[in-house]
Amino acid sequence: MRALGIILAGGNNNRMRELSNRRAIAAMPVAGSYRSIDFALSNMTNSHIAKVAVLTQYNARSLNEHLSSSKWWNFGRKQGGLFVFTPTITPDNSFWYQGTADAIYQNLDFLKRSHEPYVVIASGDCVYKLDYNKVLEYHIAKRADVTIVCKDVDANEDVTRFGVLRMNEDYRIEEFEEKPMLSDYHTISTGIYVIRRRQLIEMIERCAQEGRHDFVKDILIRYKNLKRIYGYKIQDYWNNISTVEAYYKTNMDFLKPEVRDYFFRQYPGINSKIDDLPPAKYNPGCLVKNSLVSSGCIINGQVENSVLFKKVYVGNNCVIKNSIILNDVYLGDNTHIENCIVESRDTIRANSYYCGEGEIKVVVEKNERYAL
Amino acid sequence: MIKKEMIAMLLAGGQGSRLGVLTEKVAKPAVAFGGKYRIIDFPLSNCINSGIDTVGVLTQYQPLRLNTHIGIGIPWDLDRNVGGVTVLPPYEKNGNSDWYTGTANAIFQNMAYMETYNPDYVLILSGDHIYKMDYEVMLDYHKANKADVTIACMPVPIEEASRFGVMITDGGGRITEFEEKPEHPRSNLASMGIYIFSWKTLKESLMALKDQPNCDFGKHILPYCRDNGKRLFAYEFNGYWKDVGTLGSYWEANMELIDIIPEFNLYEEFWKIYTKGDIIRPQYISGESVVERSIISEGAEIYGEVHNCVIGADVTIEKGAVVRDSIIMKHTRIGAGSQIDKSIIAESVDIGENVVTGVGEEAPNVLKPAVYGFGLVTIAENSVIPSGVKIGKNTAISGETTVEDYPDGELVSGGAIVKKDGE
Repeated sequence: MRALGIILAGGNNNRMRELSNRRAIAAMPVAGSYRSIDFALSNMTNSHIAKVAVLTQYNARSLNEHLSSSKWWNFGRKQGGLFVFTPTITPDNSFWYQGTADAIYQNLDFLKRSHEPYVVIASGDCVYKLDYNKVLEYHIAKRADVTIVCKDVDANEDVTRFGVLRMNEDYRIEEFEEKPMLSDYHTISTGIYVIRRRQLIEMIERCAQEGRHDFVKDILIRYKNLKRIYGYKIQDYWNNISTVEAYYKTNMDFLKPEVRDYFFRQYPGINSKIDDLPPAKYNPGCLVKNSLVSSGCIINGQVENSVLFKKVYVGNNCVIKNSIILNDVYLGDNTHIENCIVESRDTIRANSYYCGEGEIKVVVEKNERYAL
Repeated sequence: MIKKEMIAMLLAGGQGSRLGVLTEKVAKPAVAFGGKYRIIDFPLSNCINSGIDTVGVLTQYQPLRLNTHIGIGIPWDLDRNVGGVTVLPPYEKNGNSDWYTGTANAIFQNMAYMETYNPDYVLILSGDHIYKMDYEVMLDYHKANKADVTIACMPVPIEEASRFGVMITDGGGRITEFEEKPEHPRSNLASMGIYIFSWKTLKESLMALKDQPNCDFGKHILPYCRDNGKRLFAYEFNGYWKDVGTLGSYWEANMELIDIIPEFNLYEEFWKIYTKGDIIRPQYISGESVVERSIISEGAEIYGEVHNCVIGADVTIEKGAVVRDSIIMKHTRIGAGSQIDKSIIAESVDIGENVVTGVGEEAPNVLKPAVYGFGLVTIAENSVIPSGVKIGKNTAISGETTVEDYPDGELVSGGAIVKKDGE
């Protein structure tokens, strides 16, 4: 137990549009049967990190429900455990978390009372598999103060929502810009960091004294010439889901056999909360092509190139194409859904027609299920 | 001070030999059912849904799968500080060590377990029926009648009643007589093998009959209670209840789950059935596949055709394979171009390419004609079927078979290949 984990799960992003009205991004359902935070949590437990703190703030109800028991990820041990920290009012602080560094500062006692020499910081809105021990080995070998896991992206990819960096030939980070409008570099920070615990405490305390609150802007970028900050390149699949387009694309990626094989069949696996739903049911007249279907679904209509999350009901003569239907959605008969994301727990009236033109449409009807 | 009003004792030690090669290596309660479940999930879920949090599971025959499935009872919320689920195998004693020789004998040997919980009532269940039942309602009935024993009964068509233990009652539900598999049944109330005993009555009769060889509830305990003036009542149950004791009834009960609105509905919000599900990922249905009138579990990958099937978790059905009217359990692969008809294929089986099953006319099975009937093909877990072979009806296969095992590339109807380990 060389490291403890911190998962930043408090964030919101207006580019998630209506989807983030319901829940924190870390609680977004992903790939049919998972939620976004399952990937970071499973990586922690698969890397034998036994003590993990999840820092939540924005709309955490759904996330808390998902984390109601830590046994699904093999936490809840006497040594270690899963800790969920939501902002609280204390005699010396009555603010919400004002930034990522402030979120850690407000829970600094958790770090101070731990004995693990290192800390792995990850965010709850990324889909990937990573053995953090490999990053830790690298961090030690480079004698780094901070190691940032980063990823090369295509030259034409929009990087305005990421931290963008440039490394020298030794992988030491020389340039680091947060969310630039225009950038010449195509290496982005994944928001995963490894840092010595005492180093982190020192930096966070200094940061708080100066009234600064952001881990990237106020610590990483300010310290980059003073401290040894290194980059570790992740070669495998990694995606951040915090815009509607990225969220849609990440889910659709799971229709590719190589992505399914990597996440679902290769060791180690991803864990999630167990829902005890019956097997999916395909009734006469259904036609399903190139789609992912989760447990509890009942399908009577046509589904093509789509991802059905848990407990979706597809009525007679429905046509679902290139769409994502989130958990517990009831689609009335003769409904047409194309290029859409249908928000969870919704009831879509019979004969509805939704088609995203040019961009992905987010469908929210908020009908009462039994009032139909 | 420990006190539980009612505890359950679940008899799960039987082999279930009429399921043939399916129960060769596992006890019947651990046989898969309905895609993702095992038979024991139904009584265990009924217990927790009825508010019973202390369950002793009596095992004897091939308990490994059962033990790993139950674990400490997490899937059923039966991991408790006091009570919860306890697996009770036969054990060595200071003299008189014995296997469980009968249903009542098994309970008798676990007297100490029951006494720990200081119960008022003990519910006796068996681990081989598919049903949803609120045992608390049955307990209320037991209390209201001031009964000593309450027996759950199902009205069955009178012509079928001779297959069961039949209860004859007075107008008020009190059992005056009972007959075991009578030729001319006088009543249509069949015993379901579910009993509630008041603790005193149970203890007294078990002690009285402790030297009875093969002590059995139906044959010995109930007659003893009746003869000693105990109040025996029949609790009539009218829901879905299915004994899956034979391959035919097992296949039928699975197939009933895929009706548009099945009589036994797993999709109801209320009264969930819990199971240990280690596979959570979604299933994938490919562009060239056809899936119709089937239920499919987590993580299955379908590239071929599936009609009228119950498919377990992590099953792969390759391109061009056509599977009809079949039950395919966990982790099994059906090779490309295979044609599977009316087959029961157990867990982790590997079916090669272009295998055809269920061909030809029916013929009685050479090994056990009474077991392998119904026109079914039954393939045991971990079996291997080589590419290109044909398999007829009423057949059974177990073990890693090779082309040499199939004369002329075919196992004709009524045939059987049962290999022992290491052969």
